[in-house]
Amino acid sequence: MKPSIFGYKAPTSIEEAIGILAGDPDAVVLAGGQTLLPAMNFRAANPSTLVDIQHVAGLRGIEVGGEIIAVKAMARHREFELDADVARANPLVAEVMQHVAHVPIRNRGTVVGSLCHADPSAEMPLLLVLLGGSVIAQGPSGRREISAEDFFQSFLTTARERDEIIIEARFPVLPKGAGWAFDEVTRRHGDYAIAGVGCVLSLDDRGRASRVQLAACGIADTPVRLKAAEEILTGTTLGTSDLDAAVAASAAAVTQPDEMHVSQAYRRRALGTLVRRMVMTAAQRARQMETA
Amino acid sequence: MARTMKAAIPDRSTDAEIEVSMTVNGEVVNRSVSIRMLLSDFLRHELGLTGTHVGCEHGVCGCCTVLINGKAGRSCLTLAVQANGYDIRTIESVAGADGTLHPVQQAFKECHGLQCGYCTPGMVMNIVARFEEPGKLDLSDEGIRDLLSGNLCRCTGYLNIIAAVRRAAELLGRA
Repeated sequence: MKPSIFGYKAPTSIEEAIGILAGDPDAVVLAGGQTLLPAMNFRAANPSTLVDIQHVAGLRGIEVGGEIIAVKAMARHREFELDADVARANPLVAEVMQHVAHVPIRNRGTVVGSLCHADPSAEMPLLLVLLGGSVIAQGPSGRREISAEDFFQSFLTTARERDEIIIEARFPVLPKGAGWAFDEVTRRHGDYAIAGVGCVLSLDDRGRASRVQLAACGIADTPVRLKAAEEILTGTTLGTSDLDAAVAASAAAVTQPDEMHVSQAYRRRALGTLVRRMVMTAAQRARQMETA
Repeated sequence: MARTMKAAIPDRSTDAEIEVSMTVNGEVVNRSVSIRMLLSDFLRHELGLTGTHVGCEHGVCGCCTVLINGKAGRSCLTLAVQANGYDIRTIESVAGADGTLHPVQQAFKECHGLQCGYCTPGMVMNIVARFEEPGKLDLSDEGIRDLLSGNLCRCTGYLNIIAAVRRAAELLGRA
């Protein structure tokens, strides 16, 4: 339960950090370390060198703009959760954060680190996919923006190149008047989700859903947008038969095979229940926004 | 002539070392440590502060919780080198110099919030950290359970610890 031998670098500039990664194929970025260090203690991860980016200039804090919430690489989960400007710009964030591990872990773990780890049952990747956000990768040849859809490629696999550092994640603000909801099914609160579903939706003046975003975690090798359900629900009044159809259409998105504790059939049931509840909750909140 | 035996296990680590400097319980400490030394081992083995307990060493049990720059964090998921320049507080700093218990410790004592005591330092540090945050405390059963959710106890069944958090809030005038 102790890590094996590795080297350690604490660069102060992003160029220096990228240079170390470019020169050493087994070097790994260390941010909050709340996933990497357990993996190293288990010796499941054996990096040659840790590139500790906590002292790199320009990687701290959260900037809330009119359209985008920019979360820098070293911003901790807890900062994202408690930031008053974030809560105003997108109340979904605080709701999702309640499900991320426990406070002592959220005090140290970073949002961008969680995105880069890309566990398909984790909440941060789902949030980025649900909102249609992106990340900014910086490498030896400069910066590029990668959409959430392109970023998450497979289980623990992202589009980030080995010598790139994700310097920022961009979460869109909640559309004006939109309702939101997130919940998940877990064996214990704070654990990884068996299934989790987030919903953002807007209603038109006749109470029809003008825009529906639905995404799920825990059900496939990446977080997934439930596009079939989104299409079915868009333009409807979100009645029982519309919800039934959306739930039925979501089932195929579950590709995780049977596991010791959870069968695929159980996951489909959990997903369907969550889809129904989250759409109803988000719609209710959207109606409240209208009357407020 | 006595046969000389070559020790199979070296008595000194050959790990590369690195200089670290941090404030622990108000005192600045400087040490040269192995790069792979965990903060929990640094506190216990280098500084002799054995009040910080080590349970699972992968962030689940919460026994090793200390205050890292004023916030509760896992010392087993932090490297000593990462903590270079940090302010660390451990359970040894919580009671008064004359042994007067901190209200959180007093509440654990009054409410029988511990049996074997192994998890207690981590519990206390986590609770102390929350009590030091401004704002209203959520002292509902659910709120306290959420606060304690990152700390495992295998003796008490938690009910007395929940009672201790409430009692501590009373003692601190935060109820």
